[in-house]
Amino acid sequence: MDLSFTPEEESFRDEVRAFFRDKLPARLSTLVREGKRLRKSDMEEWHAILNERGWLANHWPEEWGGPGWSVIQRFIFDNESALAHAPRVVPFGVNMLGPVLIKYGSEEQKKHWLPRILDGSDWWCQGYSEPGAGSDLAGLKTTAVRKGDVYVVNGQKTWTTLGQHADMIFCLVRTDPAAKKQEGISFLLIDMKSPGIEVRPITLIDGEQEVNEVFFTDVEVPVANLVGEENLGWTYAKYLLTYERTNIAGVGFSIASFERLKEVAQTQKKDGRALADDPLFAARMARVEIDLANMQTTNLRVLAAVAGGGAPGAESSMLKIKGTEIRQEITSLTRRAYGSYAAPYIPEALEAGWNGEDVGPEDAAMAAPSYFNNRKLSIFGGSNEIQKNIISKAILGL
Amino acid sequence: MNFEHTDDRRMLADTLVRALRDGYPIDTRNTGAYSEAGYDPAVWQQLTELGIVSALFDEAAGGFGGSGFDIMVVFEALGRALVVEPFLGALMAGRALAKAGGHDEMLAGIVSGETIAAFAHDDGANPVTATKSGDGWALSGTKAVVPQAGAASVFVVVVEQDGDPLVFLVPADTAGVSVRSYNVVEGGGAGDVTFENVTLDSATRVGGEGQGQAIVDAAVGAGLLALSAEAVGAMEFVKEATLGYLRDRKQFGVPIGKFQALQHRMATVLLEIEQAQSAVINAASAFDGDDAKARARALAAAKYTIGRTGALVAEESIQLHGGIGMTWEYAVSHYAKRLVMIDHQLGDEDYHLQRYIALG
Repeated sequence: MDLSFTPEEESFRDEVRAFFRDKLPARLSTLVREGKRLRKSDMEEWHAILNERGWLANHWPEEWGGPGWSVIQRFIFDNESALAHAPRVVPFGVNMLGPVLIKYGSEEQKKHWLPRILDGSDWWCQGYSEPGAGSDLAGLKTTAVRKGDVYVVNGQKTWTTLGQHADMIFCLVRTDPAAKKQEGISFLLIDMKSPGIEVRPITLIDGEQEVNEVFFTDVEVPVANLVGEENLGWTYAKYLLTYERTNIAGVGFSIASFERLKEVAQTQKKDGRALADDPLFAARMARVEIDLANMQTTNLRVLAAVAGGGAPGAESSMLKIKGTEIRQEITSLTRRAYGSYAAPYIPEALEAGWNGEDVGPEDAAMAAPSYFNNRKLSIFGGSNEIQKNIISKAILGL
Repeated sequence: MNFEHTDDRRMLADTLVRALRDGYPIDTRNTGAYSEAGYDPAVWQQLTELGIVSALFDEAAGGFGGSGFDIMVVFEALGRALVVEPFLGALMAGRALAKAGGHDEMLAGIVSGETIAAFAHDDGANPVTATKSGDGWALSGTKAVVPQAGAASVFVVVVEQDGDPLVFLVPADTAGVSVRSYNVVEGGGAGDVTFENVTLDSATRVGGEGQGQAIVDAAVGAGLLALSAEAVGAMEFVKEATLGYLRDRKQFGVPIGKFQALQHRMATVLLEIEQAQSAVINAASAFDGDDAKARARALAAAKYTIGRTGALVAEESIQLHGGIGMTWEYAVSHYAKRLVMIDHQLGDEDYHLQRYIALG
């Protein structure tokens, strides 16, 4: 047993660090470090930089423009990315649709859509959840009825993250209402500019318009935009949900945000001394730091167990639960650390490009909104309770 | 990066696990554990003949292992079988002597298993003090709850004082040494060791001036790793037993493991055990590293983690079993006691959290 990286992995890490040092614009890393909301153009800028180096879709096969990295290399890259305060890759095209097309798409679909994901021609969003289908995703009701060369789509999707920016949406739709609920679902690619689509933003708890409702009224979708076979969409949907999970624990994000918390706890005062020296707060910080150090090793153990670079199975549910608990606890402590100055609600201060005067300590305005925003972590991607169901079934055999 | 054990280490672990599975069922364990001696001398002899103690020491100390991962695999296996025989004392006393040098014959006896040693560290209401007496020292006071004190023929005694602690090697039959032995709650033996003006010549000193803290750190560090690994081994047993019960026990016409309330509790237990395992791996890795502070921090993190998780696993396993988990007859109850009481050895969860912070 040896927890250190091999010399090859070390030199890979150095290469990745050098890349972030040289290529990550300071403007972007500052925004990320401060927890500001990125604009579409910020995210596109970073995608283009990664793509130029060939590192945007780092788990795609080389044939389709991936760098051919091992699962450990991907882990190192994701960690270093977070530690460098790089913007995260917008996952919908790169991490979600890409792998599905590579595995199940036709040659024409791959040749058409994959390069457009890489070069930013299409901004993708995800059409999975519906008002009546959350954890019970297979209960979705949006229908697609084939009429000649098109499917006619009617229904509603919701929680569509960054759908306001999207050119395209990949959707789960019901194509056989008579079949068992998992067996009548198909996977469709839909142009967001199609007539009959309406996007309505949902304002979230922190005031941000991060997610949307998407309504479909007699939307015509070319039959060529069906991925794989009709009524087999559930298979593709599940594959998508389990594919890219090397970073599900978000260890890098937690390390970066914990480092930030330590800085804040040094500058914030309590009873005339640094908050970091307050025994109760220090204990809260130490607990989460130990949990995080344990998590990092748990994550690596899971990855190491994945022979040949495949995707971890139900173990990723453990990583998701514990990883999100840790991330949420860090945002909670950061909120506490600012004391009363976590309270002022300065919406404009949350946006990239704001140059106004801070109320209270620098970045205090982000602390509470970020805490509230990150409640999402234990809800999305399969709620932590759903993950426990998966663990019970797949690992514990109950 | 590599999470596989070496072939030698895996063989050692397999041998030990098999020997304990075949020769140390819970009834055998309990017979020794709750006997007056607090262990079974025959079992101790069998296990030491397998070379289990030797695996805890490097070649310089007369063993064939001695790395953090050796300690980890041995004590995980011991924990899985809830072994009460005096391995911890052998490890801690032996490590102290190995660190100090100069007591080669005694160390050889400990490593072979012929000599049973105990590490007498904690003070109670009447702390042990040492006063200069001629060329040697005079010891007075009581060391509290020394594991397997009654079994030991020799004590490594730590005397706290201003500056560097003093460490002595004291045979149990030295005039003025007395042991009040008792069982501990979870089975096994311990005792209060009282020194009444015990005069020791300078040859009994372990290590020279200024070496005391390093010797204590070596012994206690190994002990913390061992207890942490032991706890994870015990957790693994309890997890499997509890899963088996969730599958077998039927209520309302179905196995109780079908109930989501119980599934979710069990899923939490599982992932906290995985985290505890990772904490022990981190500690074992740092144990062999050059960075003394990182080593101390990883050991504190591990003991903190297993203290917290040990109580969780104990309490949840009893709850998930219901009444049967409360019975003396059922093995899980004894494991649960060990998992809770292990937090009372070498510093509890709060102590190690504070230590972790202080080392930050």
